[in-house]
Amino acid sequence: MNQFISRQLFILWMAFLFAVIASPKIHAEDFYAAKRTQMIKTIEADVRIGYGNLAQKDLDENVINALNTVPRHEFVPKKLQQSAYDNRPLPIGYGQTISQPYIVAVMTNLLHVGKNDKVLEIGTGSGYQIAVLAELVDKAYSIEIIEPLGKEAEARLQRLGYDNIVLKIGDGYYGWKEHAPFDAIIVTAAASHIPPPLIKQLKPGGRMLIPVGSRFMVQELLLVEKSEEGKISTQQLLPVAFVPLTGKH
Amino acid sequence: MKFRPPFFTIALLSSAILAYEILLMRLFSIIQWHHFAYMIISLALLGFGASGTFISIFQDSFSKRFSFVFLANIVLFSVSSISCFLLAQSIPFNPDEILWDDQQPLRLLGIYLLLSLPFFFAANAIALALTYFHQHVARLYAFDLLGAGVGSLGIILLLFVAMPLQALFIVGCTGLAALALAAWELKLQQRNKIYMLLLLIGIAMSALQHNSELRLSPYKELVQMLRIQGTEIISEHSSPLGQLSIVQSHTIPLRHAPGLSLNANNEPPEQIGVFTDGGGMTAITRGTGKPADYAYLDQITSAAPYHLSRPERVLVLGAGGGSSILQAKYHEAQQIDAVELNPQLIKLLREDYADFTGHLLNTDTIQLYQGEARGFISETGKHYDLIEIALLDSFAASSGGLYALNESYLYTVEALQDMLEKLRPDGYLAITRWIKLPPRDNLKLFATAVDALKNTGTDNPGQQLMFLRSWQTGTLLIKKSPFTADEIEALKVFCDARSFDLDWHPDVTLDETNRFNQLAESYFFQAAKAILGNERNDFFERYKFALEPATDNRPYFFHFFKWSVLPEIISLRNSGGLPLLEGGYLILVATLIQALVASVVLILLPLFFAAKTTVSAPLVTATVSKKQIAIYFSAIGLAFLFIEIAFIQKFILFLHHPLYAVALVLTAFLVFAGLGSGFSQRFAQSKLHHRAITLSVAGIVVLGLLYMLFLQSIFTANLAATMSYKIFLTIALIAPLAFCMGMPFPLALAKLGVLARDMIPWAWGINGCASVVSAVLATLLAISFGFNAVIAFALLLYSLAWASFPAQHQ
Repeated sequence: MNQFISRQLFILWMAFLFAVIASPKIHAEDFYAAKRTQMIKTIEADVRIGYGNLAQKDLDENVINALNTVPRHEFVPKKLQQSAYDNRPLPIGYGQTISQPYIVAVMTNLLHVGKNDKVLEIGTGSGYQIAVLAELVDKAYSIEIIEPLGKEAEARLQRLGYDNIVLKIGDGYYGWKEHAPFDAIIVTAAASHIPPPLIKQLKPGGRMLIPVGSRFMVQELLLVEKSEEGKISTQQLLPVAFVPLTGKH
Repeated sequence: MKFRPPFFTIALLSSAILAYEILLMRLFSIIQWHHFAYMIISLALLGFGASGTFISIFQDSFSKRFSFVFLANIVLFSVSSISCFLLAQSIPFNPDEILWDDQQPLRLLGIYLLLSLPFFFAANAIALALTYFHQHVARLYAFDLLGAGVGSLGIILLLFVAMPLQALFIVGCTGLAALALAAWELKLQQRNKIYMLLLLIGIAMSALQHNSELRLSPYKELVQMLRIQGTEIISEHSSPLGQLSIVQSHTIPLRHAPGLSLNANNEPPEQIGVFTDGGGMTAITRGTGKPADYAYLDQITSAAPYHLSRPERVLVLGAGGGSSILQAKYHEAQQIDAVELNPQLIKLLREDYADFTGHLLNTDTIQLYQGEARGFISETGKHYDLIEIALLDSFAASSGGLYALNESYLYTVEALQDMLEKLRPDGYLAITRWIKLPPRDNLKLFATAVDALKNTGTDNPGQQLMFLRSWQTGTLLIKKSPFTADEIEALKVFCDARSFDLDWHPDVTLDETNRFNQLAESYFFQAAKAILGNERNDFFERYKFALEPATDNRPYFFHFFKWSVLPEIISLRNSGGLPLLEGGYLILVATLIQALVASVVLILLPLFFAAKTTVSAPLVTATVSKKQIAIYFSAIGLAFLFIEIAFIQKFILFLHHPLYAVALVLTAFLVFAGLGSGFSQRFAQSKLHHRAITLSVAGIVVLGLLYMLFLQSIFTANLAATMSYKIFLTIALIAPLAFCMGMPFPLALAKLGVLARDMIPWAWGINGCASVVSAVLATLLAISFGFNAVIAFALLLYSLAWASFPAQHQ
């Protein structure tokens, strides 16, 4: 009996200890999950107001789920974690940024990726964008040119269990020949022009997206499409509903 | 103890302050961005205003210990000029985050406060001297102005031989030299101790210099480039025109080819990057001797004119790293002339990297001239088949609206007219700009070309224009005569092969446009139609960016901001709408507001204290006269810089070199104003203040009006004159005006010396604040109304000052 009680007490004690040790973590996760849900709501509302130019009023449900799954706070520096789910870009060191969630949502939506698609990203940065894409596809590839940044992202993605992302440090100009062609390519690294090899590595019917602008502000989204016949055309999209002419007086 | 006025100390100190101000502009353009440099420095100058407050509150106790306080402030200027900059650059301020991050405004404030200190200390020393030696106020002020004139010229010369950070230490040491001079001029007994102290500070400074370097913002293009492994700066060159950093990449090629067609298969040969002030990269391309290596230059929009005919004589305005020259060479132009403003860039091409370029310039067919584009155009006797304005500014700076404040005499109606005149009868003018979304630059350029063509007597300008674009760049072709059917056909073939959109040609229809690089609507076609038709003004009114062509009187091509659109953009801020904001203009407005707020605080504060302390002044006690003092000194503070800034702009067009024009005009204004001020000392002593002010203001108004009416004709008549004659003429024209402008300030100060000595520091502070507000306000006025209006305002302000001069209280 005594033994039974003591065993019960021991278990209780262990449970208590576990609760004490684990609870902040659980609380933190809850805390960030709530923030994430709030972020999704904000983005959805903003998309409904602002997304008019893209002929698409709502975000794809899969995109929303992906954004709701990826722990964005894990992709920003410790001291900025509190702001991770604010609708703003954040600096991540090395003069780089993690894009504004609204822009990530809009870009991901524009890529129209399906489960079996193969995606390439040029410019891994924190790894957030490729993580969001990796929630939607089987295989995602990403190339980062800044070595320490790439290594940090690789370690982070591994820790978070993204084993469907393959990362490489190097020059993205020639894409990734071994894994080409790709259904979707996203180029977040600044380049003076669109590298011709990347266009070649795009599958017919595939889409390439390039945010153009500064590190903190995206001016336009350049959507490059390759038709089934291999013809290239681009759409220059504002991420926001803005018509340059007011109505006729 | 009775001292003699330290005239030379004041001159040297004043030269150091002016040099410091110009140098800070340079330093902040390198570590941050030009427009923020402007904002930071204009507010830091309010240290002058604060000094007026400070001295007027403590003037009694300071006057008792004049020599100590005077010397202490000079030392503090010297030390703080260096240390405050070094501290300020270590504050991680990032303007891009200012709307999101509440830390950023605090950091900006920190930079303001740090940088206002050196100005505060130096201004203290000068204000104290003006108060203490009030009988010599006009002569002291003359030395102040003369010193400033020498300083402005000196720093520009210094920046040719010293790197900016070295120049900072030299300016700091000039402060120390001023201290040594002060000890000598004031005949202090403890001179030797002071010299020893100076030596120690000097040694400490040189130790500091060895351990200091410029810290560029991590978001500058150069810093970003250097993050890539195997990339390094191989040399640096500095001049007042900018700091050039030459960057080589050993592992990953630069591949600089903006606007390259999506159908292209080529990439550029090896390149070396040339960054100006850490941004705006231009590339020097390796000369391989194989023409096929340069085929990529045929895959960009600027190659279009070479497909219409075979231009034999080509003029490139803005040679940069030489890619437009290579493009002309690739297309087998017979004679290529190129113009580049920055002599250091020319030296890189001609000497340092001559081997690398395969001795590109070592041929009779290519001539590279050092000069300013507009000047070259007006002076050359040659006529060309093609004049090309190359794309040299970076997309980042252009898209951020950072050029809003920069005058540009390259993209004005008059400039295009001048260029059209230098074309052969069937010649083309080709201008390439970045494509921004929604379109701006290209539309304004189209409107500018339409005006220029109309001014040259063309009835149907639409027949002489073609516009093509990739997703990234757009090229406007302007022909001296109507385009032929063959030319149109040739351009269609060129565009189709490269997936470029031909959005305007003489017979264009809507469905031909906006095919490859699709915008929400065919904006370019619609705009071109509207601009050429009767709805032009209605279109300008309805478009959400300012598109009215720039002129020489309002040379703000890059100003696109419209107030009416601000609320809409702000409402879209969460969904990525902020990049639509043409930030440069708003920064200017923000600068004006902060300067006004700070000025009010700095001027009202002493007024509050003065209510108790000015009892000792028997003749000026009524608040009315304080109001008069405030009106008088703010009016002449505003007006002086209005005139100076407007005339700098006018003379840029005459002298054709922004840097030399600024240096010459600024120095001439300061030196002749100094002489005027010195001359006014005799009136100050003989108590003829009012008459002298009346005469000087009359002189300013008459000369100002004459110049508004006749300056342009004088310039036109002397367009072909030699440079030395132009310089002589510039000085001769400025001298009488500046001479008169030098008098109102010291004469009024001298009068205050008689009536209310303790108001002198306050007047000095008001003048300082007004000067800061003036520089910003002049630009805002010029953007809206043009430089002639700025001069007219200045003349009104001088008249107002004269009317408010407190003569009747004697």
